[in-house]
Amino acid sequence: MMIESTGQKVLKVLLYVFLIITAAIMILPFLWMLSASLKQDRDVFTFPIQWIPSEPEWSNYSKIWTQIPLLTYILNTVKLTLIVTLLQLFTSSFAAYAFAKLRFKGRNALFLGYVATIAVPWQAYMVPQFMMLREMGLNNTHLAIIILQAFSAFGVFMMKQFYEGIPTELCEAARIDGMTEYGIYAKIMLPLAKPSLSTLTIFTFVNTWNDFLGPYIYLTRDNLKTIQLGLRSFIGQYSSEYGLIMAGSVVTMIPVIAVFLSLQKYFVEGVASSGLKG
Amino acid sequence: MIQPPSASSAAESVFRGYLMLKRKEKEAAAFTANGLPIDRSIKIEKSQAAKRAEVNRNLVAYSFIAPNFIGFAVFTLVPIVFAFALAFLNWNGNTEMTWAGLDNFIYIFKNEMFLASLKNTFIYTIGTVPLTLVVSLFLAIVLNQKIRGRNFFRTVSFFPYVGSLVAITAVWNMLFNPSMGPVNEILMRLGVENPPRWIADNDWAMFTIILFSVWKYMGYYMVIYLAGLQGINSELYEAASIDGVNTWQKFWYVTLPQLKNTTFFILIMLTIQCFKVYDIVYMLAGAGSGALSEATTVLVYEIYNSAFRYWRLGVASAEALVLFAIVLVVTIIQFRLEKD
Repeated sequence: MMIESTGQKVLKVLLYVFLIITAAIMILPFLWMLSASLKQDRDVFTFPIQWIPSEPEWSNYSKIWTQIPLLTYILNTVKLTLIVTLLQLFTSSFAAYAFAKLRFKGRNALFLGYVATIAVPWQAYMVPQFMMLREMGLNNTHLAIIILQAFSAFGVFMMKQFYEGIPTELCEAARIDGMTEYGIYAKIMLPLAKPSLSTLTIFTFVNTWNDFLGPYIYLTRDNLKTIQLGLRSFIGQYSSEYGLIMAGSVVTMIPVIAVFLSLQKYFVEGVASSGLKG
Repeated sequence: MIQPPSASSAAESVFRGYLMLKRKEKEAAAFTANGLPIDRSIKIEKSQAAKRAEVNRNLVAYSFIAPNFIGFAVFTLVPIVFAFALAFLNWNGNTEMTWAGLDNFIYIFKNEMFLASLKNTFIYTIGTVPLTLVVSLFLAIVLNQKIRGRNFFRTVSFFPYVGSLVAITAVWNMLFNPSMGPVNEILMRLGVENPPRWIADNDWAMFTIILFSVWKYMGYYMVIYLAGLQGINSELYEAASIDGVNTWQKFWYVTLPQLKNTTFFILIMLTIQCFKVYDIVYMLAGAGSGALSEATTVLVYEIYNSAFRYWRLGVASAEALVLFAIVLVVTIIQFRLEKD
């Protein structure tokens, strides 16, 4: 390495200062949330901020489960998120294989259909979609939410971009060895696509877990509601139960943060190789 | 009757010639007739085998696509087509549809709330896009350096994106609470006498929402920029170093041009995302009353209200078409700019 000049050293110090400030801005709201979730309502806003409560109010975490049917909400959300993520991963990675590695009639036209709809915001057709699903008797069912989320053009597009980076010779060789296309997909492509699949998992999981408008439109019965709806209506009703709101918020965050942390090492790689950077 | 030989021979020769020609044709025909069927049958067999292989290949390919495509076609394509039709109809979801022509469009462009939502959505987009772009690029460049704790910083900056929206908007509303929130407490300690009332103040509400959006999304776009940065050939930097180019010039003449595609991609994604904003605004500004005022209403909120509160599905679809048209125009403009 080159010898660092004083200018470069100053630059480096500035970088660290910038980074630490940014990291603080990013993380402090979460720490504040955690801290407030262990306080009594009247202590939440005391200033200067007492980051570690002297007498942690653990009861917030037990109360929140009885104040709202939190367990039902969580189970509903877990169920929906798991099904949607699995379906999304399977159907996208499956369809993308054909678009990337097989020649067939109508390939370009079909793919164009996919790409064209990526630019159409869901909000632009959510109304006719709702009328259609209601007509099918799917209003107030979890199936509606699954249908909404499980077949995205985005997933197909992303996986296709990734597969295209895998040399076609690999498939050719497997074909000569007598492997079927399904075999090639399952035994060659999928294992190679780990970064891409992880990225898609994070996206789908986070989106489904955090989705508000979809469930808000379709799920009006309390026993069907997701955690976002449940927490939102709790906030609407008890807007000054700060401690409880924050306890509920912490609980809602845990699963997404866990999924993100367990997959994040693939994430940058996945975004890079999937051509998401355009 | 015997004809004069010359004439007859001439005639005969002509006739023979004609016959020969005929025969040749016949022979040729026979030949082809002989040849062709065989030829054809080979061809047919060949093309049948090829066709079978092709059909087979197509079927295999379709079987890969089908699980996604059927769902996609039925639940996305059909509603999109339906949305276009619905914008020109009157329908409340129960009674029969009637033709509306352009009435829905005339109605929405006279509706003050809709116009306000249009204005707010544009302000939101114009505020959020450049800010997010600059901040996430800067963050990505910093986090692409060899520095200690790089992974920690990368992970942390992604938290706001991952964090559940209801939870983080709840925290923000508390942090930015005008009378009790720590942000204003700090501002007051710093000597700001009348700190802004943030979301509670009509003049500050949109700004607060923009600030939140930048905070939430910068980590996500930072990752995309990071991926773009890692795709830049390091030889370019080495060449620049040999030429004695300083850091700033490297950024300006190497990094930025090399990131053109990434920037273009992010620009489109961000703009589309901004125009369809709903839940952020609803949860920040509608936290108390559950409704958005003229100062904070956005396009999708109006679509939602027209459809699911007033059941004017034609009006809602007209509003949705406006959203779609805006997104389309913005995308086309950005593609044009990209080409130049």
